[in-house]
Amino acid sequence: MSTTATEPAEGPSKVDLGAQGGGTGEIPSFDVTLKVRRYLPETSEDAYWDEWTVTMYGTDRVLDALHKVKWDIDGTLSFRRSCAHGVCGSDAMRINGRNRLACKTLLKDLDLSKPILVEPIKGLPVEKDLIVDMDPFFQSYREIMPFLINKGPEPTKERLQSAEERERFDDTTKCILCAACTSSCPVFWTDGQYFGPAAIVNAHRFIFDSRDDAGDMRLEILNDKEGVWRCRTTFNCSEACPRGIQVTKAIAEVKQAVLAGSF
Amino acid sequence: MSATVESTIAAPRTGRIDPKYTRDKTKSGNFEMLAWLFMRLSGVALVVLIFVHLFSNLMVGDGINGLDFGFVAGKWADPFWQFWDLALLWLSMLHGTNGVRTIINDYAERDGVRFWLKMVLYAATTVIIVLGTLVIFTFEPCLVGADGMLLESTPAFCETL
Repeated sequence: MSTTATEPAEGPSKVDLGAQGGGTGEIPSFDVTLKVRRYLPETSEDAYWDEWTVTMYGTDRVLDALHKVKWDIDGTLSFRRSCAHGVCGSDAMRINGRNRLACKTLLKDLDLSKPILVEPIKGLPVEKDLIVDMDPFFQSYREIMPFLINKGPEPTKERLQSAEERERFDDTTKCILCAACTSSCPVFWTDGQYFGPAAIVNAHRFIFDSRDDAGDMRLEILNDKEGVWRCRTTFNCSEACPRGIQVTKAIAEVKQAVLAGSF
Repeated sequence: MSATVESTIAAPRTGRIDPKYTRDKTKSGNFEMLAWLFMRLSGVALVVLIFVHLFSNLMVGDGINGLDFGFVAGKWADPFWQFWDLALLWLSMLHGTNGVRTIINDYAERDGVRFWLKMVLYAATTVIIVLGTLVIFTFEPCLVGADGMLLESTPAFCETL
């Protein structure tokens, strides 16, 4: 393994983890206060804050703290998670006011002198605690036809594409549909009819795919008054994306493609 | 087995999407695209129009001290400045109106409020554009008092008319 990296991929730890050599030492532990936005429609119409202090370890993530609460303290706490390793996109939530995946946010990177605020993602109807109704999100996703449409004859082998043609839309193939971008968009917060960054990113993935023939249809769909022109380039989506997709750039490229197709 | 047994169970969320998320299917044409394009093009044009306007009014000659009724009257006697100020008026008003329209669309949550805010905006814009255009083209620099004499503030070139 190469040890030449001088800078850590993420910011420096805010907790003193001590000297870590050889991996034989004990993992340091610390107390973490979680402040979670609760909503239990069976008992009350009103949402409220719940607070727990738990002892966690330097290797733990926000998801581990939520698990600790759910499994050891309060079983009624509800949230979604499937793979728990940043691939399935189930556990997007607002952590300290920013949309993050709970399974990719290490506790040691947060400011632990204050409670960690955990809220459901904004703009979608909350069903219980941190669980929101994702149907409006997926409804927009379905509308942009997120599948390959090719009018040519079916090839006997795979559909060939050059490395450059693949590179053109590589960034937008990374989307895991966690809704962190769409639910960080201030336009979407007030206008639920806006297609939202995620739908546009997934349209981008096919519009710029050399094997796909339905780019024009997708551009027409997104040339709607609730389509790409609703974007105000606030860059919240790019900041929120746990996969590092340049979402605002992708939206700008779709805008240019709509313009290029119209003149 | 009975043939009338319900064979499917409705999906738990069927038909439960809040109508506020449902887009109406009417086509909006290219209006939003043209509005977006207009904002960029008029923005570039306005940078030139505004800075030349400021330079000619505040820097050239006596600068800000020479700015009075006569100065404006002199400018509007020239078709070049008439056209310049007309372009400035129209582009800035439409650019600003479209910007405020966008803000109203973004922040007004109730349909009725959004509609009436936009109506007020469009009415104000229309009044200002019509009034401004009329002033630029019907401006009378040589004002005459009740006694038939030129008023004090009239520019010098009125004397020779």
